[in-house]
Amino acid sequence: MATSLNDMMQTVPQWSDYIRILPEIVLSLFGMAVMMLDAVMDESKSQKALGAVALIGAFGAIGATLYQAQYPFGYGFWEMVRVDAFSIFFHFIVAAVTAVVILASFEYMEVQRIRAGEYYGLILFGAVGMSLMSSAVELVLIFIALEISSIATYILAGFRRRSATSSESSLKYFLLGSFATAFFLYGVALMFGATGSTSIFAISRSLESGNISLLAYAGLAFMFVGLGFKVAAAPFHVWTPDVYEGAPSPVVAFMSTAPKAAVFAVLLRVIFEINSPVPTRMWLIWIVAALSMTIGNIAALVQNNVKRLLAYSSIAHAGYILVAFAALPSSGIPAAMFYTAAYAAMNVGAFAVISHFGGEGERYVTMEDYAGLGKRSPLLAVTLTIFLLSLIGIPATGGFFAKFYVFSAALQANLVGLVIIGVLNSAIGAYYYLRIIVAMYMHEPKQEAPVAPIPMGAGLALAISVVVTIYLGVIPGRVLNYAQQSVSELTPVGQVVSLQAPHAVEARMATNVKKALAH
Amino acid sequence: MLHLVLFTVFGLICVAGAINLLVQTHPINSALSLVVVMGSLAVEYLLLGAEFVAAVQVIVYAGAIMVLFVFVIMLLNAGAEERSKGSIVALMLGVPGMLVGSILTAWVLVKHSGTQPVALGALPGHPKDIAQLLFHDFLLPFEVTSILVLIAIMGAVVLASRPESIEKTKKEN
Repeated sequence: MATSLNDMMQTVPQWSDYIRILPEIVLSLFGMAVMMLDAVMDESKSQKALGAVALIGAFGAIGATLYQAQYPFGYGFWEMVRVDAFSIFFHFIVAAVTAVVILASFEYMEVQRIRAGEYYGLILFGAVGMSLMSSAVELVLIFIALEISSIATYILAGFRRRSATSSESSLKYFLLGSFATAFFLYGVALMFGATGSTSIFAISRSLESGNISLLAYAGLAFMFVGLGFKVAAAPFHVWTPDVYEGAPSPVVAFMSTAPKAAVFAVLLRVIFEINSPVPTRMWLIWIVAALSMTIGNIAALVQNNVKRLLAYSSIAHAGYILVAFAALPSSGIPAAMFYTAAYAAMNVGAFAVISHFGGEGERYVTMEDYAGLGKRSPLLAVTLTIFLLSLIGIPATGGFFAKFYVFSAALQANLVGLVIIGVLNSAIGAYYYLRIIVAMYMHEPKQEAPVAPIPMGAGLALAISVVVTIYLGVIPGRVLNYAQQSVSELTPVGQVVSLQAPHAVEARMATNVKKALAH
Repeated sequence: MLHLVLFTVFGLICVAGAINLLVQTHPINSALSLVVVMGSLAVEYLLLGAEFVAAVQVIVYAGAIMVLFVFVIMLLNAGAEERSKGSIVALMLGVPGMLVGSILTAWVLVKHSGTQPVALGALPGHPKDIAQLLFHDFLLPFEVTSILVLIAIMGAVVLASRPESIEKTKKEN
């Protein structure tokens, strides 16, 4: 092992290294705090308190992310993680989704009679994995982070212990998910075999030097299959409806947004940073995107269970995001990032409504139950309508600009066929989202499903989601600018980053951080 | 050449063990197949020059973890032990197959005995190198694994606890 003098001096992690993983540290500490408090506190009183601790943890992670952003970007832990505008964007999404989901779970836990301790702990630990995924630039670390996020969600899916569908959901997710992770791991191993490294930059450098072996193609393909499963892209989507139907609704809100955002971050890094001249990969993404949009939307048309419907809709939305992946990096990456953010806001909101309205045992989840909701609970109906309109992509909501940027990025890359498929799919999608809205306002209920008044936690969660959805639809500029700014940081390594030895960057950063701390 | 032959042979044994692990119906048989998988994996590591990992593989996986596995299976009513006298097919095909296989291996070994043996410690795989990788280059993944294990433990606790017991504690309060 060749060790330079610089290396020898830095055999222990520096302060700057810890700043690079500050949000993860905060989340882990609060996760452990929740576990400890759960053990020592009286169970009848602890439930809300544990939620509050978890909430502070999630907001702490948001704060840590913002704090991190003040420092110059760069590597940590010997090129394991890379903090840049890109990772901060996704850290923010993950932490914000975590906070909103915890808020939405406050009363849900009581209604469903679920014990809170492990629940909040798992959500926080899961968020650790998701955050790490978005900043990791080393496939081994990405794999471990992916496992943390996946295993946390497998368990969370089975939290409604009295319901058989919840256990079914958890088990199905676990079995198929481990299979997909194995695919990813196999891809990593093949990639290591082809290039001799698991660092994304080293892989990229090795592939750019030409002479790409078959192993590298196979490795990339396997990794794509594994990640495609995690974002529920067709043809790896079959698990989605069953898992979403059985899992607790706040958990679905969580796992349909935060881990997906993190996996999309990994995909963006893997696909655009390993900037190998692989024309076939575009076709691969083209096909997967088209399939996901079409299968998701068409299957959603015939669903009567609202959770299943949104599960298929999430497959379709994964397809829309993948359209951006087929585009050029300069416009595709910001479009995908913006879409991820907008989708997180509207989907978390929609599931927050479902989890409140579902009642004990999540009984009220069919289209008939939603009939006449507009009269019984106008506020709940209006919020759900906003989220559904945003999912359709109506102007003045985040979903509109998300779709707009994705399709315009695809047009810039001359992907006319894909854009046509996408627009047609949006039209199909409008039908089933509108069906729910029509049911809420125009249908008379056969049997009135009771609606409890909106409690504070869920109310706050809904308010945040509505504000973000509309904010992204009215003033998308700031978020989009930030996303665009992060692209320049993500440029293929061959041009910018690899010219400087990362260790030199690291050393410079360390001095910068020291200076900053001295102030 | 010898290297490749041994590698292939143990690779095949490993895969065969893994398949057998899946198709066996009795948990103990599956556990024993897992020992085969672990053992042949250790040989593969050794052939790749990772002596330390190979030793750890034998001690930790084939040794400690397998014992634990077998204990758990025994404690969780593994079902009655079946006394089979062995199938005729296994006797007719298995014994000659084993003989032919070992003779073939021995023949290849003898034929290529002229090749230089791999000296221990000649390849990277020294504990010092592993320490450098584990506690320096891959320090973060190594530490983060602890969170992964913690989650797995929490999951076991959550999913193994009976839902009734939760309800009961609720009622008591």
